[in-house]
Amino acid sequence: MNTPLLRRVLLALAAPALAAAFALFVSSIVLALSGSSWIDTYSEMLSNASKLETMVDILNRATPLYIAGVAVAIGFKMNLFNIGVEGQYVLASFMAAWVGASVVLPGPLHVGLILLTAMVVGGAWAGLAGLLKVTRGVNEVIATIMLNFIAIGGIIAALLPRAIEDPTAANQGTAVIAESGWLPNLNGILELVTREITKGRRLSGMFLIAIILGVAYHVIVNRSRFGFDLRSSGMNPMAARAGGVPPKRMILVAMLASGAVAGLIGMPEILSDSHSYDQGFVRGLGFAGIAVALLGRNTAPGMAIAALLFGFLDTSSAPLQVTGTASPEIVVIMQATILLTAVIAYEVVNRIRQTDEVRRAAQATESADPAADVATAGASA
Amino acid sequence: MAAAIELIGITKRFPGVIANDNVNLTVEQGEIHAICGENGAGKSTLMKILYGMQPADEGEMRVNGKSVQFGSPTDAIEQGIGMVHQHFMLADNLSVLENVILGSEPTKGGGRIDFDTAVTHISEVGKAYGLDVDPNDLVETLEVGEQQRVEIIKVLYRGAKILILDEPTAVLVPQEVEELFKNLRELKRDGATIIFIDHKLQEVLEISDRITVIRRGKTIDTVNAADVTAGDLAELMVGSELPSPETSDSTVTDEVALDVRDLTVLGPDERPVVDDVSVAVRRGEIVGIAGIEGNGQTELVDAIIGTVSPLAGTIALLGQDITNRSVRQRREAGLGYVPQDRHREGLLLDAPLWENAVLGHQTEEPYVKGMWINRSGARKQTEHIRSEFDVRSPNVDVSARALSGGNQQKLIIGREMTANPNLLIAAHPTRGIDVGAQAEVWNDIRQARAEGLATLLISADLDELIGLSDTIVVMFHGKLVATLDPAEITPRLLGSYMTGAALESGAESPDSQEVSS
Repeated sequence: MNTPLLRRVLLALAAPALAAAFALFVSSIVLALSGSSWIDTYSEMLSNASKLETMVDILNRATPLYIAGVAVAIGFKMNLFNIGVEGQYVLASFMAAWVGASVVLPGPLHVGLILLTAMVVGGAWAGLAGLLKVTRGVNEVIATIMLNFIAIGGIIAALLPRAIEDPTAANQGTAVIAESGWLPNLNGILELVTREITKGRRLSGMFLIAIILGVAYHVIVNRSRFGFDLRSSGMNPMAARAGGVPPKRMILVAMLASGAVAGLIGMPEILSDSHSYDQGFVRGLGFAGIAVALLGRNTAPGMAIAALLFGFLDTSSAPLQVTGTASPEIVVIMQATILLTAVIAYEVVNRIRQTDEVRRAAQATESADPAADVATAGASA
Repeated sequence: MAAAIELIGITKRFPGVIANDNVNLTVEQGEIHAICGENGAGKSTLMKILYGMQPADEGEMRVNGKSVQFGSPTDAIEQGIGMVHQHFMLADNLSVLENVILGSEPTKGGGRIDFDTAVTHISEVGKAYGLDVDPNDLVETLEVGEQQRVEIIKVLYRGAKILILDEPTAVLVPQEVEELFKNLRELKRDGATIIFIDHKLQEVLEISDRITVIRRGKTIDTVNAADVTAGDLAELMVGSELPSPETSDSTVTDEVALDVRDLTVLGPDERPVVDDVSVAVRRGEIVGIAGIEGNGQTELVDAIIGTVSPLAGTIALLGQDITNRSVRQRREAGLGYVPQDRHREGLLLDAPLWENAVLGHQTEEPYVKGMWINRSGARKQTEHIRSEFDVRSPNVDVSARALSGGNQQKLIIGREMTANPNLLIAAHPTRGIDVGAQAEVWNDIRQARAEGLATLLISADLDELIGLSDTIVVMFHGKLVATLDPAEITPRLLGSYMTGAALESGAESPDSQEVSS
């Protein structure tokens, strides 16, 4: 027995390791060129991240990134590029905040209603693109981009005046949701293993929901019949169809699921942070989710690492600016380099793995021939 | 004067197949020379070699008496060879003029395109050969026949004196064919040499001076068009020695497994591609469908497995009407399917073997348990398929891509057979696989037949059809035109039905073996 297992593990680790190393290399050059010390910059980033409060920040930042990654990955699994996650989550957040602020219910019900509203709105908005693709053959990339504009520039702009609480306020937004609609934070659980969390940092309850979501995604995609249908449609739609997978229904269901998950992206903000939707509501998470899904290869653990990495980099930028160690934009450069190199590295590793497999399959064909068996036995003896 | 083209001993091998085997061909100056043969006979490969798209492994090419070697079509164009592809290579949203000069634009100072010169040149070419199109028309507004004329002008514009036309009539309606033939005669009068690839015998006889027949990669004969009938050509195409059927006892039962009645399927152009077809397959019976590809076999199969819905007619499986059932419901009812293109419809190339075994059986034990994939059950079943059907692979976790074509095909056959189907649709089950795997696949199908499986076999390989089938039906232009007994079949008969010669000439019509039902 040679070491195919070891080789496989090394290959699997090679791509992300290469990408990270190359990103560090490029960032160091940029830092050097801009006259900052790269050693100082990296040590500042690391020492900052080792603080408990920053870790909470990283987790809070990684949570919506991860959910966004999952939303995008559901589409990717079926070869659908849902570029409209952005519009889906912003619209869903707005509607959920509005609905949440208009009622007062007992705790779990109130939170449940907000989550449900977000998922239904997100799902419906993405489902619209799915419907267009199935009935009219409209490419989902075009449809979802257009729907982004309609959602943010059209619907929200039109409805926000009706939803706002105080027309005279500087930052117009929906009313703050009653406390029954707040998701409890996880500080208590985290403090069981750490010291007390200070500086008013609270680990959002959505962190737990994101973990549950990740597990569900992993199990459904890899272990369920539905997941098999989804993946096979993505890998080879013609073969899936001949294998009994109805292509149109799969497109619709995948878009609905992707949109429903996208609806959850804004929930840490609504349920744990500002408790309202206003004009300064966090944007860009949908597009960041595309990067997370790409970097994490659409796998639950991969995307978790990618989301944490991006969360770490995002939270590093402010301290760099405050201490003046380096320009905060270095973080964006690092994110972009990692993503680009990772995509290339994965492809290279994939090809190596394929050639490997072909070689081993060819060996198996030969050794099934008794004469060849004798020959190889003689050679190895 | 030296021959326009001379091919001597051209051989081209692909992994596992010899596409051209010692081909010899001489095309004289100024003649229209047809190349005839079934799909897969090696016509296209030969033309690709001649046009520099693929290198030959062996042999010599001479153009106008000069020995040549082509590295790319550019080399062929330089020697005055031009090709009109079956599928036009035109940019729809450009004008005729722009399409014609694309890639060889005349320029004036500063790299600007000299449109005036181009227009003059194109009109000259058009006038000289009676090819009439307006250079300023947008290509997308042209009829198919006109587009073809643009393709021909494109080739002439580049100075071609030897034209290769790959199945030029396939896309044309009869009037357009007439028009094309008129143009071709004009071209011939002006000294052009034309190589014309086709398998429609009447057309070939009408337009060409000489005809070369290719079968299984070999040149069979070159004949003068004036000296032969459609029947002679059909015989040459199919071959004079047909294999004799396997003398195994009939296992045909009375129980009808598949019953297709009056099935009509429309193609994309709203014309019927399957035209009022009725066919029945009983348990223990193999019904073979013979025919040159593109005569509706693919659409018939698609309608039976449920990926296209028919315009009219019914399909019943073991007495149950499945016409309106989904693909999955048909699969669950016991329909096994070996697709003609395993990479397109049969496999998930990047998925492991065991997942490929699940494909098409996602609702069946032992692959699934309720709504979950049963990984260990599926793996065990795939191991079973691997040993039972001799799929050579290191394990069931390698991706399907890693296997050779023969082993991929054995995996598909194994997957379908292991599910104990009531009906197997096998479309070209041994296409592109090595001889060893081919024998194994044939064996598997025969064994299943002995156990009572009903099989509908679609094949272009006459060995396979005659060797396996209990009954052979011939499909031509979407219709079943004959039902034949493999034991009594003659090459002339089969050939005349497959090429439509029997219908076109009428005189060839056989005595006893007309469509029986």
